[in-house]
Amino acid sequence: MTMTMEFERIRGVKAAPLPEMYTSGHRTCQGCDSALNCRYVAKAAGPRSIVLGATGCMYVANTSYYSTPWAIPWMHTQLGATGSAVLGVAVSLKVQMRKGKIKNEPINVIGIGGDGGVADMGLSAVSATLTWPEYDSLIVMYDNESYANTGVQVSCQTPYGAHTTFSPVGTVKPIMHKRWKKNTAAMMAAGHPECRYVASACTAYPVDLMNKVRRALSISGPTFVAILCPCPKGWDFDPRYSHEMGEMACKSGMWANWEMEDGKLTFQTPTSGIIKGMVQRMPVADYLLRQGRFDHLRKEDFDHIQKQLDKIWGEWGIPAILPFKVAEGELA
Amino acid sequence: MVLEKAKIGEEHEALMSGCEAIAVALALADVDVLTGYPIRPYDTVINFIARLIADGQMDADLIHAEGEHSQFEIVKHACVSGARVFTGSSGVGWVFAMEPLVVTPPARIPVVAICGNRAVDDPGAFGCEHNDQYLVRDIGWMICWADTAQEALDLILMSYRVAEDPRVFLPCSLGVDGSFLTHAMNIVKLPSKAQVDKFLPRYDRGKLRLHPDNPISVAVQVNEDWLQELRRTVNEGAITSKAVVEQAAKEFYQIFGRQKDPFFEQYMTEDADMVLVGAGTLSLSVRANVRKLRKEGKKVGFVRMKWLRPFAAEEVRECLSRFKAVGVIDRDYSYGSGDFGGIMFHEMRSALYTAKKQPLVSNFICGLGGREIYEADVREMVKIMEDSIKAGTVKTPVTWVGTRSR
Ligand SMILES: Cc1ncc(C[n+]2csc(CCOP(=O)(O)OP(=O)(O)O)c2C)c(N)n1
Ligand code: SF4
Ligand SMILES: [Mg+2]
Repeated sequence: MTMTMEFERIRGVKAAPLPEMYTSGHRTCQGCDSALNCRYVAKAAGPRSIVLGATGCMYVANTSYYSTPWAIPWMHTQLGATGSAVLGVAVSLKVQMRKGKIKNEPINVIGIGGDGGVADMGLSAVSATLTWPEYDSLIVMYDNESYANTGVQVSCQTPYGAHTTFSPVGTVKPIMHKRWKKNTAAMMAAGHPECRYVASACTAYPVDLMNKVRRALSISGPTFVAILCPCPKGWDFDPRYSHEMGEMACKSGMWANWEMEDGKLTFQTPTSGIIKGMVQRMPVADYLLRQGRFDHLRKEDFDHIQKQLDKIWGEWGIPAILPFKVAEGELA
Repeated sequence: MVLEKAKIGEEHEALMSGCEAIAVALALADVDVLTGYPIRPYDTVINFIARLIADGQMDADLIHAEGEHSQFEIVKHACVSGARVFTGSSGVGWVFAMEPLVVTPPARIPVVAICGNRAVDDPGAFGCEHNDQYLVRDIGWMICWADTAQEALDLILMSYRVAEDPRVFLPCSLGVDGSFLTHAMNIVKLPSKAQVDKFLPRYDRGKLRLHPDNPISVAVQVNEDWLQELRRTVNEGAITSKAVVEQAAKEFYQIFGRQKDPFFEQYMTEDADMVLVGAGTLSLSVRANVRKLRKEGKKVGFVRMKWLRPFAAEEVRECLSRFKAVGVIDRDYSYGSGDFGGIMFHEMRSALYTAKKQPLVSNFICGLGGREIYEADVREMVKIMEDSIKAGTVKTPVTWVGTRSR
């Protein structure tokens, strides 16, 4: 039988383990937080891990022949196959351990896929994997809010109004992308009764991120973590501001950091402060105006986004997570 | 269900369907991970496997995948990390898995699958056609076709042996004709576990295993700098597979007394002027009609192809150039291809191009959608071959046999 790994909580950046499992060798853009995310995930998981990486920037711009950055075993998986890849490895290890074909020991099985791979194309396989309680695995969605590797196209995680190569700014249609971002982590948490752990994090809060990865890996069964990873190229900002961009995403309420373990939901900083009413959400325009992809928005567009956000935080049954609540009079 | 009574691991004979025979072969091969998704006729194998696991006759994990793409991705990754795996599909299910089907060979992953041959939509049809399996002909899959439930069992064991040979490390697909083979009952000789263990060593992925003890990166990104060399290594595996099939068949014959001829089987060809060539269960009807025609003095024989990848060009050339006329039966089509013939027709003609003596080759498309091949059909084929011999040339290269005219 496979066993999950036990981890110590990381208390502060300086207390993070020194060994790097994801090192030099990649050729992602300067300021790429998706690459930084790989580093955090691998660092938190440690050497007894296997990583399955879906097609996307974290494959194409990341693992060139003869210069892999991965110090732990890593394998490419197809764009829509993150869920199947982790399930395949997890079941393989489990059966081999049961039959005495390999040593019985805890091994972390981690899938890392982009928003396009996980929330669009691979949704069905990810969802299926989250229904198998007997196979321990973690699926990490690095959300850079576009199909970045193919030249930045709209995905279901691209924010409303963003300019991408599939949604250019036109003279007749100034906004071509008018869909609201899919709430992927919440969907995973709400729809998979046997998935004990779902969290969302952001690279701007690395200690929180690493602890969520560790928590996910120490819990039995399939787990899921969505991680917002600012992308200087796709979002069109100076690479030096990646960290700041992540902070602003969370502070404006465009992203929320939360954790659901065995049905219990908690919020982490800075989301926790917002939820408790201790800090005000920063105006969303202050965040959006820092990115070229929103350059074309007019005042009424910012107002629309702000209004939508206010609703999500003010009216949703579970703020920032689930829109519905039980209608009045329905419960005894 | 017959399987319940089968004593798996003891040598004995039992009446069973092709799907049951395959399930027994998988249990004997000690497969670790299997995946299934419902589509006829493939799913019947998984029905039996599920029963074997549920009743404790097989120690393996069966994943009910949410689609064929996942089915093939799951076993691909399970196999890289050291497990012996099995999967498969049929018709449009096979097509739905096309992406993982394509990426499995270049990563040198010895997945063993069956293609329960079925017509691809549209229109929806359950019957047998071979186009589904032929879709993986050119991308590094080894492909073979069985003729009976017995041979399906045999070729499953052969497939693991060849695919998991580190010199090959390529996936292998066994074609089994939907309903004709998968669901027809036959007497099957079941080997003992000891015999199987003697023939089939344990799967060892060696230094290509994905495991923390062996921190490799698999299938990393390349461009024009390396791809051509990597493609060549896959080709080398495909080339080597031919000798490995031959050797495996030889040992198989020594242990089990079957599979004497590795690549194809000849029937009444010794003194034949003309032969029909085909794969799969159509052999039953063709052989019966060959016998009948022989009684009428027609010197006709039959060559049944087993392995199409690797393709034994030399052996095929040597065999077929003995005859005056060759008629290739395709349970498939290749729309728009040269002379508008079927896939195996092109394979055979291409192999014969360098033969010192070339037979007159014609092509018969028939049996599509699971249509039976009747006596009248075989007579028509033989008539066309006789006309070619008389004329000294092939007048009609391709004929759709047993097809209603407008
Ligand atoms: C089946 C398939 N369709 C399309 C592609 C082309 N493709 C390669 S990378 C990529 C982008 C993936 O986007 P995402 O998952 O968000 O990762 P990112 O590139 O943003 O890191 C796409 C669409 C592919 N590799 N496979
Ligand atoms: S495009 Fe974005 S995600 Fe891709 S490498 Fe550059 S910064 Fe990273
Ligand atoms: Mg992306």
